[in-house]
Amino acid sequence: MELDSLYQEVILDHYKYPQHKGLSPVFTAQVHHVNTSCGDEITLNLILEGNQISSLTWDGQGCSISQASVSMMSELLIGKTLDQASLISTNFSDLMSSKGTSSGDSLILEDAVAFAGVSKFPGRIKCALLGWMAFKDAAIQAQTD
Amino acid sequence: MLFSPEQIRKDFPIFERTVRGGKKLVYLDNGATSQKPNSVLEAETNFYKLHNAAAHRGAHQLAEEATQAYEGAREIVAEFLNAPGGSEEIVFTKSATEALNLMAYAMGNAHPGNRFHLGPQDRIVVTEMEHHSNLVPWQQLCDRTGAELAWFEVTPHGRLDLSAIDSVITPNTKVVSLTHQSNVLGTINPLEEIVRRAHEVGALVILDACQSAPHMKIDLAQLGVDFLAFSGHKALGPTGIGVLWGRKNLLEDLPPFLFGGSMIEMVTMRTATWAPVPQKFEAGVPNMAQAVGLGAAIEYLSSVGMDIVNNHERTLTEYLLQKLNSVDDLSIVGPNDSEARGSAVSFTVNQIHPHDLGQYLDSQGIAVRTGQHCAWPLAKRMGVPASTRASLYLYNNEADCDALFNGILGAQKYFGSF
Ligand SMILES: Cc1ncc(COP(=O)(O)O)c(C=O)c1O
Repeated sequence: MELDSLYQEVILDHYKYPQHKGLSPVFTAQVHHVNTSCGDEITLNLILEGNQISSLTWDGQGCSISQASVSMMSELLIGKTLDQASLISTNFSDLMSSKGTSSGDSLILEDAVAFAGVSKFPGRIKCALLGWMAFKDAAIQAQTD
Repeated sequence: MLFSPEQIRKDFPIFERTVRGGKKLVYLDNGATSQKPNSVLEAETNFYKLHNAAAHRGAHQLAEEATQAYEGAREIVAEFLNAPGGSEEIVFTKSATEALNLMAYAMGNAHPGNRFHLGPQDRIVVTEMEHHSNLVPWQQLCDRTGAELAWFEVTPHGRLDLSAIDSVITPNTKVVSLTHQSNVLGTINPLEEIVRRAHEVGALVILDACQSAPHMKIDLAQLGVDFLAFSGHKALGPTGIGVLWGRKNLLEDLPPFLFGGSMIEMVTMRTATWAPVPQKFEAGVPNMAQAVGLGAAIEYLSSVGMDIVNNHERTLTEYLLQKLNSVDDLSIVGPNDSEARGSAVSFTVNQIHPHDLGQYLDSQGIAVRTGQHCAWPLAKRMGVPASTRASLYLYNNEADCDALFNGILGAQKYFGSF
């Protein structure tokens, strides 16, 4: 079923068992992003040590795609430098706009290539990008503060 | 002839197509927009094919025909609503959203001394269950005029809390603007009590009839409200056409909102005076083909009979509620019986996010709406950040409700128990 390309096992796993959910008491930057069309919400706390992401925690509510995406993103980005994170984030955005023509670079995106199927569902791309947009915003804030 | 949704469906070409790889279309998103019968599509096309010209302008046959067609549509709308003052009380807009904004902006244009003038001493009343299009324009008007915004709260059962009606609709209230039927909860609001109190303090009542006019007989001579708005596209008509009805004497006192061609009487380099109502509110070449399409839509509905449409929806809503209530872990958001409610039914299914449920249903050919349905404050009040909504119309039948029921069970299986 077409639907299975959207709801990959690993996505549903992250939805059921979200990683790094629960906000850190302190942070370098905190952002709150909402998907205005469906009301999904994410609050993201970023802690930088120098140029390195030492902690990325979040809280939120929303559909499996938005929640699994932010969960996987935190796993992927913790420990990375801002430059590495920016590369990964761009790679993920490109995958989302690929309209189903790309299966994603698993060396860069690891498990997050599971979201490749989302790019065939225009209504869901925003869901998958919610956490990533929040991260971009947090990274900018953390560097300007 | 006996009413049959299956027979009705034959008039709607969209039901001939399939979706998502050959699935039969189960269209349950009528609260967002309705499908269109052939007669509407033909009326719109024929206007362009045969009569196209700018209404109210031009000294030629086509202009005359276009004017007749456009004004004919106005008469059809007036009769449909039983407007006490006839077609002069019908203003065409592009949508209900525009009609409501027209009200808010026009009031903002009123000078001191005009009955519509608002200042910091005045109050505007809405409800917590308004669609954003009947909330945000009033917030903004309050912002511009200093008037105070107050509202009726919604009970956990999805009804308006009128217990404090006298302290909500206060003597300084100028306007009470509310929805006839909630697009989320399906609740039909008790107008009588609200209209009585509003008129007691000299306030005007504006009714958002988007979710009622397409589904029940509206009798303006009985309702008691002073203005009413609805959108053509939710009533089998085209997009791009909406209606604002107002009592003639009030429309005459209300300043215009959009200025330009066709709405003026005389213009000098410094000044202008206004055409009589309703032209005063219809600046520019109007959406003529769409108005004509709306006329055809209303004729279609009237030929079926609004009471028959309404009865059908009531019976089907009861069936739908009964089906939904038999699903484990499903909660109805709003009234759980068919008393004073329309056919928009919102619900949540434990653990399955509405967006995921909607996606699964879509894979089965079932079209529903998910999210907050343009009513954030209501979602907050009901404590459900997002819900799934099924909304019925005259072409829906029990098989559609069964398909939804089976679809929900399918989704529960597909997503497993989280
Ligand atoms: C209750 C209610 N009011 C207003 C509107 C706005 O209608 P439109 O978008 O056609 O202007 C809607 C449509 O969703 C509605 O359901």
